[in-house]
Amino acid sequence: MTAALLFEQFLNGLQFGLMLFLMSAGLTLVFGVMGLINLAHGSLFMIGAFFCAAAAGLTGNFWLGLAAGMAAAAAAGALIEMTVLRRLYSRDHLDQVLATYALILILSEGTKILFGPFPLYLDVPPLLTGTVNLGLTEYPLYRLALIGFGLLVAVGLWFLIARTRLGVRIRAGENDREMIAALGVNIRALYTVVFALGAGLAGMAGALVGAVQSVQVGMGEPVLILAFVVIVIGGIGSIRGAMVGALMVGIIDTMGRFLLPRIFATFMEVNQASGVGAALASMLIYLLMALVLVIKPKGLFPIHG
Amino acid sequence: MTLHKTLLAGASALALSTGAAMADPVTVGLITTLSGGGAGLGVDIRDGFQLALDMAGTDAIHLVVEDDGQRPEAAVQIADRMIQSEGAQILTGIVWSNLAMAVVPAVTAQDVIYISPNAGPSALAGAGCTPNYFNAAYQNDTMHEAAGEYANTLGYQNAFIMAPNYPAGVDALTGFKRFFQGELAGEVYTQLGQTDFAAEIAQIRASGADSIFIFEPGGMGISFMRQYAQSGVDLPIISAAFTFSQDVLPAVGDAALGVINTAEWSPDMDNEANTAFVAGFQEAYDRLPSVYAAQAFDTANLILSALNAADISDLDAFRAALRAADFDAVRGEFAFGNNQHPIQNYYAREVVSVDGVLTNRIVGTAFENHQDVYAADCGME
Repeated sequence: MTAALLFEQFLNGLQFGLMLFLMSAGLTLVFGVMGLINLAHGSLFMIGAFFCAAAAGLTGNFWLGLAAGMAAAAAAGALIEMTVLRRLYSRDHLDQVLATYALILILSEGTKILFGPFPLYLDVPPLLTGTVNLGLTEYPLYRLALIGFGLLVAVGLWFLIARTRLGVRIRAGENDREMIAALGVNIRALYTVVFALGAGLAGMAGALVGAVQSVQVGMGEPVLILAFVVIVIGGIGSIRGAMVGALMVGIIDTMGRFLLPRIFATFMEVNQASGVGAALASMLIYLLMALVLVIKPKGLFPIHG
Repeated sequence: MTLHKTLLAGASALALSTGAAMADPVTVGLITTLSGGGAGLGVDIRDGFQLALDMAGTDAIHLVVEDDGQRPEAAVQIADRMIQSEGAQILTGIVWSNLAMAVVPAVTAQDVIYISPNAGPSALAGAGCTPNYFNAAYQNDTMHEAAGEYANTLGYQNAFIMAPNYPAGVDALTGFKRFFQGELAGEVYTQLGQTDFAAEIAQIRASGADSIFIFEPGGMGISFMRQYAQSGVDLPIISAAFTFSQDVLPAVGDAALGVINTAEWSPDMDNEANTAFVAGFQEAYDRLPSVYAAQAFDTANLILSALNAADISDLDAFRAALRAADFDAVRGEFAFGNNQHPIQNYYAREVVSVDGVLTNRIVGTAFENHQDVYAADCGME
């Protein structure tokens, strides 16, 4: 094993983690502000990817596709919030889970009816194809750009929440919903805006990742599960927690998949080691989650003390 | 009775009597995946099967189609319902090996015929073979054995091999290794449904391999190939047809060009049945058929040939007619072995672009008249 390989895997973990952050940020905001468990968040990720692929296919321009994907996901989010979710805020979490699970099925089949059952094609923009030499190793330029993009969005979100009026209201909404409504803030509009923001971020993640993945129905659910792990580790409702949790999950998952089979191979047969190692690696982040919950039951950065 | 009602009664009596005059159509239940991420495969199976019926212009078969959603328990329920309420005497259509394993043993025990248009798990090919189960596609291992054999032909010495960590993935690597004579630069199991392959690509980069064998069906293959194309690693790839079939090629894009993949069928096969099939499929559905569509088309024609030769109420005669496989397969020569799985040729295909459309072309032959290794464990003769 070389330093180059370790370094490349570290970058891979970082990039994976930052894309998870884009997914988790919206999920954790929605839970923190509205107390809503939204299983359909993965469907918004899928909508972003599909509209990006369709628009990029029509116009031949990835960036227009990205804008279309984000806009479509945000619009779908706002629509869902206004028509369905608004009725669920006062209900218990089980009702929310049932209703948003139904939304997954509706959105998946709707996407299939609209775009067909076969995966769509979405290419990396020409500007970002190829690899760059980072000294230690060659690295795909697009993945490097994803790292940059993820960091940029993280800074933007921090600015939005810490430095703007909307951010003040979001933080106030997390702390005391009744009081902020009593102060004359239109809480219904705030909820719709927060939900659309989270949906737009998920759509952005879907579009960005869609260029190096299969754009297909159901692509959001595996990411959704990881995003839930991230926000449980980070502390539900905390953007900072989502960032730290996403990076931990991204790096530990990547490193585990790569290192565990090698460690087992030192004392087992190679094909057995790769099977056992792969199986254990897929459990690693859940073990991490369990460990965090034992030490800090409310996650690393709990919002409500 | 008013005139209107009299006419209606007369018409329906007439319809009943003409119905009885002809042989009753045999109900065939097609259970396949029409929703979710794997829907593309099931849609091709349904369309290929329906096309065979349409082209034959027959009403010997009453086709019932249902979606299993890629869930074994749903497939089992649908099979029961088709047999009990619809009176299905033949079932077919399942894409996935785990669903086939859930459905086939229960169905064949009730003396219903099951004919597989795709999945070929080893458990049904060896000691678990049964007279009511036919596989008109391939046994799972054989596609990968063909890839291993053809890797020898191409002179590969040091292969990096990779598949998802589930039974069909383990079978794939086992099948490849059974015939590949070179060294292994690495052997990696990925997660089922994995979408990011950066960690694996980094290992390939560092492995010193001269070639890569992958089995990553559906979306996993699309993701891997896209990321591989961006990675700057440029080793030749060999695979079985699943990862480079017509249903995924448009989504993989130019990254797939030049990849060698093995299958028992290819759209450019030059025989009368295949030419008619490919042209008919394009006309009916406005896309190129995949290997799944071709297998379903053959399955339907196999059933029709047997129905022509024997009455299904005499199961022994009907099974014998199926075993005879007296039909023009789009893959050319086709015969059943003792375990009622095909003995057939396996070809090496290359992904090429024809008028801007990605498709496969035969570039060589991996095996002639190849039979799966499990046939020896099957008690049937």
